[in-house]
Amino acid sequence: MSVDLETPVPVRAARAPGPAPRVIRRRTHPMWFLFPAYAVLVVFFVLPTLFNFVYAFTDWSGFKSAINPVGFDNFTALVSDGTLFRSLRITLLYAVLVAVFQNVFGFGLAVLLERDTVVNRIARTFFLIPVLMSALAVGYVFQALLKPTGWLADTTWTLLVVSLIHAWKWMGLSMLIYLAGLKTVPEDVLEAARIDGASRWRTFWTIRAPLLAPAVTFTVATALLGSMNGFDIVQATTGGGPARTTEILNIFIYRTFGQGLFAQATTMSLVLFLLVALLAFPVIYLLRRRERIL
Amino acid sequence: MSDLPLWRRLQPFVAVLLVAGLIGAPLWLVVVTAGKSQGEAIDPDFSLPSHWQLLGNLRQVWTDADVPAAFLGSMLIVVPTVVLVLVLGSMAAWVLARRTSRPIAVLYAVGISGIILPPAVVTVVLLLRQLGLAGTAIGMICVYLGIYLSTVIFFVTGFVRTIPESLEEAAQIDGAGPVLVFRRIVLPLLRPVLATATILICLYVWNDVFYAFFVVGGRLDTLPLNLFRVASAGLYLNNWNLIFAYVILMSLPLVAVFAVAQRKVISGITGGAVK
Repeated sequence: MSVDLETPVPVRAARAPGPAPRVIRRRTHPMWFLFPAYAVLVVFFVLPTLFNFVYAFTDWSGFKSAINPVGFDNFTALVSDGTLFRSLRITLLYAVLVAVFQNVFGFGLAVLLERDTVVNRIARTFFLIPVLMSALAVGYVFQALLKPTGWLADTTWTLLVVSLIHAWKWMGLSMLIYLAGLKTVPEDVLEAARIDGASRWRTFWTIRAPLLAPAVTFTVATALLGSMNGFDIVQATTGGGPARTTEILNIFIYRTFGQGLFAQATTMSLVLFLLVALLAFPVIYLLRRRERIL
Repeated sequence: MSDLPLWRRLQPFVAVLLVAGLIGAPLWLVVVTAGKSQGEAIDPDFSLPSHWQLLGNLRQVWTDADVPAAFLGSMLIVVPTVVLVLVLGSMAAWVLARRTSRPIAVLYAVGISGIILPPAVVTVVLLLRQLGLAGTAIGMICVYLGIYLSTVIFFVTGFVRTIPESLEEAAQIDGAGPVLVFRRIVLPLLRPVLATATILICLYVWNDVFYAFFVVGGRLDTLPLNLFRVASAGLYLNNWNLIFAYVILMSLPLVAVFAVAQRKVISGITGGAVK
C-alpha cells in the first residue's frame, strides 16, 4: 500500500543507532501500519484545512450554487467592519483569562487537597464532576444561576464571568494534573531539604514548584489553545452577547454559517487556524522537549 | 506549609466548604429546579420545590424531546468512533514509537498536531458533501477520527516507548509476523493507556455539540445537539425545570461510567499529562 514510503535508508554499520538496525525494523514494524490512521488524518483533517486556504478567497454561500474566486474581499470586509480584530481580541483575551483562572484554581485545589485523607479523596471526586459534565449543560446551569444578577448582561465584565465559568468546568482536570505532578517529587529530596533546615515554604517553592514544570506546561498549553477553540460554554451562557462582546471566533463561525455565509465562516475558520498555529509551534516544541527529558 | 498543626485541623473544613460552595450549590440548583413545576422554575433559585415532580419532568422530556432517538444517535456515533480511533491510533503509534528516522519524526509531528490545531469545521462540511457523506453517521465518525486520532497517537506513542522491546523480540524470534506481534503482544500491553484514551474520547465525543452541529445538525440527533435545539427553541425557553431534567438525563450515563471506573478515570485523565 505505502511501498513508496519505504525508500531504502542507507545504513552505516559503524554507527548503527538504537537496538536494532533499520533493515530489520522495516520488517518487524512495517510502514503500512501507519496507513489507515494517516489516510483518515489526511482526508478528514488535513484536506479540510487546505480547503480553508482556498474557500476563504471565494464567494461560497448558501444562496447560490456557483463558487467564484474573489481574492481578499472576505478579509477586507471583515477588517473594515471591525469584526476580525474584535473577534481576535476577544478570543485571545478569553483564552488568556481561562488559562490563568483554570491553572490558579487547579493549583490551589491540588495544594489544598494534597494529603491522602478520606475527606480529600471525596472532595477531589466532586471537583471532577464538572469535567465530566457537558459544557453545554454547564453553560445552562450558570445562565440560570447568574441571570438574576445581571452579570451576563454587562458589556465589560461578562467576558470575565464566562471565562470564570469555563475555568470552573476544567479546574478539576488541572487539579488532577498538578496532584500527579506533586506526587512525582521524590520523598528523599524533601527529606534532605528538611535535614538541611529549609523551611516548609522554601522547600515548596525551591524544590517542589520547579518539579511541577511539566504539569504547568501541559495544563497552560491545553487550557490556552483549547479555549481558543471554545464554543459550548459561551454559546450556552451568552450566545456571544451582550452586543457581541463575548463573540469568540467559533461563535462568529457558527452564527455566519447558520446564515448561509459560508465564505465568511471559512475565512474566520482560517483566521482561527492561523492564530492557534502561530501560538502552537512554540508549545508543541515545549511538549516534545519535555518528552525527551522524561 | 501544609503540616502546621492548626492548618491540619482546619483543612478538612475548608475542603468541605469549598466543595459545598463551588460544586454543591450549582448541582443543588440543577436538582431542585428539575423537580419544580414550570411556574416555580421560571426564576431558578435554591429553594426546594413545593411539590417534587422530578419523575414527571424526566418523563415529559423523555417523550417530548425524543430522547431515545437522540440517545441512539449518540451511541451510533460514540461506539464506532472510540473503537476505530483506538485501533488505528495504536497501530500507527506502535510503528512511530519503534522506528527512528527523520521521516518518522516528521510523520509523528504531523500526527500529533491535531491535538492543538483546530479542525476546519466549515470546509469539512463541503468535503463530506463531495464524498456523499454529508449528514451521515459515517461522515461524523470520520470527522471525529480525524480530530481525535492525534490525541490517541500522542498518548500511545509515549506509552509504547516505555515498554521494553525484548517482549516483542521474543515473539519475533519464534517467527511471529508484525500483525501477530501487534495483536498478541503489543495490544494487551497497551491496556492501561487505551483505557485512558477510551475515557477521554468518550468524554469529548459524548459531550460534543460544535462539530456535530456542522456535520449532522438537523439530519441526525445526538444528545447534546438535542439539548441545544430544545433549549434554544421557543418551546423550552425559560422552562428551566425541563432543561435541567434533560441535563440530568444526559449526564446519567457518564456518571454511571464514572462510578464504576472512578480510579481508572482519574489515572486515565492524568496518565498522559505527567509521566
